Amino acid sequence: MTHIAIIGNGISGVTAARHIRKNSDYQITLISAETDYFFSRTALMYVYMGHMKFEHTQPYEPWFWKKNRIDLRKGYVEKIDYSDKNLKFSDGSCLKYDQLILATGSTPNKFGWKGQDLDGVGGLFSKQDLERMEEFTQNITRGVIVGGGLIGVEMAEMLLSRNIPVTFLVRENQFWGNVLPKQESDLIARHMKEHHVDLRLSSELNEIIDDGTGRVKAIKTKSGDIIECGWVGLTAGVSPNIKFLKDTELETNRGILVGKDLQTNIPGVYAIGDCAEFKNPVLGRRSIEQVWYTGRIMGETVAQTITGNLCEYTPGNWFNSAKFFDIEYQTYGWVLPKLSKGHKDFYWEHEKGKMCMHFVFEEKSRKFIGINTFGIRLRHNVFDGWLNELASIEMVLEHLKDANFDPEFYTQYELEIVAKFNSENGTTIQPKKKSWKRILKFIS
Amino acid sequence: MMKSIKNAGLFMFLTAFTLFNAVSFLGTFEVTEVQFEKFLADKWIKSEFLAEEGKNKIVGKWNSHFELSAALLTVIEASHDYHRTIIKSLEEAGASKEKIENEWGKVLWIKDTKKHGQYAYPLIRNSAIGFVAENKGTLFWLTFGLGIFGGLIFLLPAIQTDGPAGIKNDAIFQNQATNKGWIAWLVFGYLVTFYIVLYFMPDFAVNQILLVDNISLYLSANPASEWFLYGFMYCVFMTVMGIRMLIKYRHNKYQIIRTISVLFFQIAFAFLIPEILVRFKLPWYDFKNAWPLDYDFFFDWNFKALKDAGSIGLFMLVWGIVLTLVVVPVMVYFFGKRWYCSWVCGCGGLAETVGDPYRQHSDKSMNAWKFERIIIYTVFVFAIFMTIGALTRSEYFLGMRAEDIRFWYGFAIGSIFSGVIGTGFYPIFGNRVWCRFGCPLAAYMGIVQRFKSRFRITTNGGQCISCGNCSTYCEQGIDVRAYAQKGQNIIRSSCVGCGVCSAVCPRGVLKLENGPEEKRISDDNPIVIGNDGVKLKDMR
Repeated sequence: MTHIAIIGNGISGVTAARHIRKNSDYQITLISAETDYFFSRTALMYVYMGHMKFEHTQPYEPWFWKKNRIDLRKGYVEKIDYSDKNLKFSDGSCLKYDQLILATGSTPNKFGWKGQDLDGVGGLFSKQDLERMEEFTQNITRGVIVGGGLIGVEMAEMLLSRNIPVTFLVRENQFWGNVLPKQESDLIARHMKEHHVDLRLSSELNEIIDDGTGRVKAIKTKSGDIIECGWVGLTAGVSPNIKFLKDTELETNRGILVGKDLQTNIPGVYAIGDCAEFKNPVLGRRSIEQVWYTGRIMGETVAQTITGNLCEYTPGNWFNSAKFFDIEYQTYGWVLPKLSKGHKDFYWEHEKGKMCMHFVFEEKSRKFIGINTFGIRLRHNVFDGWLNELASIEMVLEHLKDANFDPEFYTQYELEIVAKFNSENGTTIQPKKKSWKRILKFIS
Repeated sequence: MMKSIKNAGLFMFLTAFTLFNAVSFLGTFEVTEVQFEKFLADKWIKSEFLAEEGKNKIVGKWNSHFELSAALLTVIEASHDYHRTIIKSLEEAGASKEKIENEWGKVLWIKDTKKHGQYAYPLIRNSAIGFVAENKGTLFWLTFGLGIFGGLIFLLPAIQTDGPAGIKNDAIFQNQATNKGWIAWLVFGYLVTFYIVLYFMPDFAVNQILLVDNISLYLSANPASEWFLYGFMYCVFMTVMGIRMLIKYRHNKYQIIRTISVLFFQIAFAFLIPEILVRFKLPWYDFKNAWPLDYDFFFDWNFKALKDAGSIGLFMLVWGIVLTLVVVPVMVYFFGKRWYCSWVCGCGGLAETVGDPYRQHSDKSMNAWKFERIIIYTVFVFAIFMTIGALTRSEYFLGMRAEDIRFWYGFAIGSIFSGVIGTGFYPIFGNRVWCRFGCPLAAYMGIVQRFKSRFRITTNGGQCISCGNCSTYCEQGIDVRAYAQKGQNIIRSSCVGCGVCSAVCPRGVLKLENGPEEKRISDDNPIVIGNDGVKLKDMR
């Protein structure tokens, strides 16, 4: 029987395994050195904060794997013999495969800072990272977080949940500036300050200072400030976790190089998720996509190919989401930090400054391009449908109530949003009442 | 500053709570000869042995109702044995049937679960004198008054100390009270004891009952009973913990309105209106309590009470039937069973307020779900059979004495399951054990919700990140994530629509809503929205 080995039990590897099982009788082995069972990486923060126990982050009960004949193997693959199709584990054991899926994920970036390997310095990606954070943040008086992205905010929220003051160093002059337009960055920055995060924009780490026993004592910024702290969180992005794959016949760059079919240069060897780097990325997308959803889509796609339905990685419209302390964020389509040529935007912000919507559209054709929403939930199916139909900005605004996904009884702001648009653009759009008929059209 | 205010509140609450329990040891009781004779007459007791023994051993002053209760029950049991011995000797001596029957008339019916309530409670309730009886007003303020005040002082600072409004689940799994630690086990022990006393030994709670006597007299012109004390405490705890819920979810209008709704229905419908009805010599009736949760609605004694109440009684009877047969299913069709379970119901109301700190303890395993389906529908069928037995006035039903079925249902389901386990086990098994595993009305509404309803929890396309907050905080033990991560709507008979899964979701994935039945149940489509590649190839 064909044996599929999958290295990595994250969302990409597990999705691939589940779909291969659905479509075939192949033998499947899911390998991980990190944990016995699949867990949701994005939920690690909640374990630290006491919202959940680690086992709550595991989406499947232990019996699930046996029932679905997915063999789990805990072990660290040290070497891959591609010609012999053989995996060599660090404990000396071997495993033969017929086809191999590499889903090895990421590791936190370290940029060669002095002191970056001290105790009390760490990122937040793996379960082991969480355990280290738990160990080294006991009884500390301050944490410093370096790098202004999603994991950084999560770490700030984690530390504050235990009443540990946080200084947050962001190299750019705005928070998450490579993704968010200025208005949204400012909104989040304000909210972080409301939570007493000592947010320092345009501030860069110079070195991490040792206390003499191998533990962090303080950090020094490029401008010379010294901040005493017991924990330094390195959250300046992540890179493909492919160290053990380097310098073999497998083609790599920053990640494992793959084609549209997710196959590497070696036939029968695939790479998916955070560790894959597309030789020719999908138009408008990055060559390495480190997002939960893209990992899942790649897992679905590679499973189709392996089980005989050759598929290319064809993600639909871009979407993403996050939560910054109390403010939820969703995005559909593209809202870039800087407007593209020929595009126009429309920004609405609630008077209390905790909700906003940012629309982007083509100025001439009026085609809707994308939306950022903060503090108001929107219906994925509806926005996905509008993007597929190449709907106009006017049409989106007229039917905005269809897309509202906030809980019942929440105050709705469509009238206010559309009124602002009308006054800025000289239009006379009247928002229509929510229509289930229109919504259902977008639900398959 | 805020921390010391909080601690002061906690101290006040604990002081009041200690005093509330300590009043058990502060009362004095005096049984007079007249009282004892009245007791014998009220209970139709013909035993001359009991009359004599009672005068010698019961009449007099007592410093503790525990001692008085023990003495009385000993005498009652002795009288039982005494007359049984006489019957035996009469039978051996071949005495006349009439004589033996006459002696049987003196034998008391004693059931261990009922003897305290039936014999000890009425006598002790009427014989309270001394400190507690004389100071019941003052003691009310020192127990309930101080307790409520302290509780609020403890809870209110959260508005400021918890930071900006939002999800407040920090440290729940690191706290001794909410993570099955020693505090949780203490609360568990206290609650279980409380329910056992309430249901089976109300004579031990006489001093506490006295504390609310004035309120009962004011409302219904009747002295307080153990059920009045329970109803009053129920409202008080729900209100204080409801305020906690309102603070915790101050950013969430669904939770705010829902919490106010359950508080209103509990206080008005389950407490004030029934007590006021009693004042006007009408039957105690909770207009929102629907059969089969209100399992004795079709029992003979209730029919009789309603019949005696004339046209209002007839209205109550018709309303009770319409409520179960029409209002309940129609409302479930339009809104899901949440309209009852987490907007109206008293059990649900307690679970959503007092029980909220424990919602994360429900068991989410597949085995628990299997167990749930077996148990809850068994109870439902049991309730139906019992009711048919009562309506047809059968003496025997399915080979069992109908009266025994009623007794065992009341004991096992009505008291042990819904009370002792349903609420007593909050800190260990979570706050909806009764609603999930035991409530026959929930079973009935669940069937409607599953097969014929407009209610669903919509999953927002492909936005789920499988974090598990929804499943963790589902009080009904539904593995919400299992559906959400596949992009499927959640259609489950057990969902009570509390809305907390939607509230705790960090990515805006879940929405409770009522909509067309079309496409309400998602296809078992394994490919989540956002992946165009697979769909395109499949269509070729």
